[in-house]
Amino acid sequence: MLPARLLRQALPRPAPSFGYSTAGPAMEEKPVESSIRAKLLQALQPVHLEVLNESSMHAVPRGAETHFKVVIASQRFAGLPLLQRHRLVNEILQAELAGPVHALSIQAKTPQQWEENRSVSQSPGCLGGSKHDPHMATKLGSQG
Amino acid sequence: MSGSLCWLRAASLLRGAPLRWGARPLSHAAAGDGSAPGGGGEGGRGSRESVERLVRAHPVVVFMKGNPAQPLCGFSNAVVQILRLHGVQDYQAYDVLQDPDLRQGIKNYSNWPTIPQVYLNGEFLGGCDILLQMHQNGDLVEELKKLGIRSALLDAEKDQDKK
Repeated sequence: MLPARLLRQALPRPAPSFGYSTAGPAMEEKPVESSIRAKLLQALQPVHLEVLNESSMHAVPRGAETHFKVVIASQRFAGLPLLQRHRLVNEILQAELAGPVHALSIQAKTPQQWEENRSVSQSPGCLGGSKHDPHMATKLGSQG
Repeated sequence: MSGSLCWLRAASLLRGAPLRWGARPLSHAAAGDGSAPGGGGEGGRGSRESVERLVRAHPVVVFMKGNPAQPLCGFSNAVVQILRLHGVQDYQAYDVLQDPDLRQGIKNYSNWPTIPQVYLNGEFLGGCDILLQMHQNGDLVEELKKLGIRSALLDAEKDQDKK
């Protein structure tokens, strides 16, 4: 049964001090995350951006960069329906999605929407799908 | 439980035999043995024409990992649970893990890189994130209404008002 938490409006999260998530350890250790962040920054000039590696929530090796959530607030989304917003993000991250990224959760808001509601839906837990997925070997292999 | 009737269903639809998703126990379909006509490529299970036939065959079509009785992915499960909440029981579900040609075919068709994928009335709606947001903001109730499907949540609200 899907947890109720997933269906309720997500609890508001405190806004970070800066517009972008801060850099962690050396970027070369997280090449996919770095690439995603750089491309979204450049293409969307967001007022808020979080790039969350959720691979640890799934049946993939430690340190994998296969499952991500991106939370973006950008004026570029103004006037665009949800589907088009997601398509825009997919297009920007086309190479990553064709390569190492197996799953991408997107929360795309305008700056105004972000100010009105900073809640972010939590991603559902893994049901072991990656273990049954013949594509995963390719995705993991491309991470060297 | 493994295996899925989805491959068989897709193949049967291609042959023109109507099928409805029901509560039959899953059997080990001859998944991946390539015995369906075409087997990928032009005119195959993953062709544009084949996918078009599948998405237009039923008002609500879901391409997922696993099946509604046993989803194999959290995102696919979320789609199943949301549809269940809205009382949508009669929908076509296809397990892409059983059919690599179909899996690639739907990604090409919708120009969408991930699974699950939800189609309403033959039109691509989006994946798990979009369905969840539409569920949360009430848009899903309206979209189902356009298909002549009354969301169970409307009845739940009515009961609440009566109390």
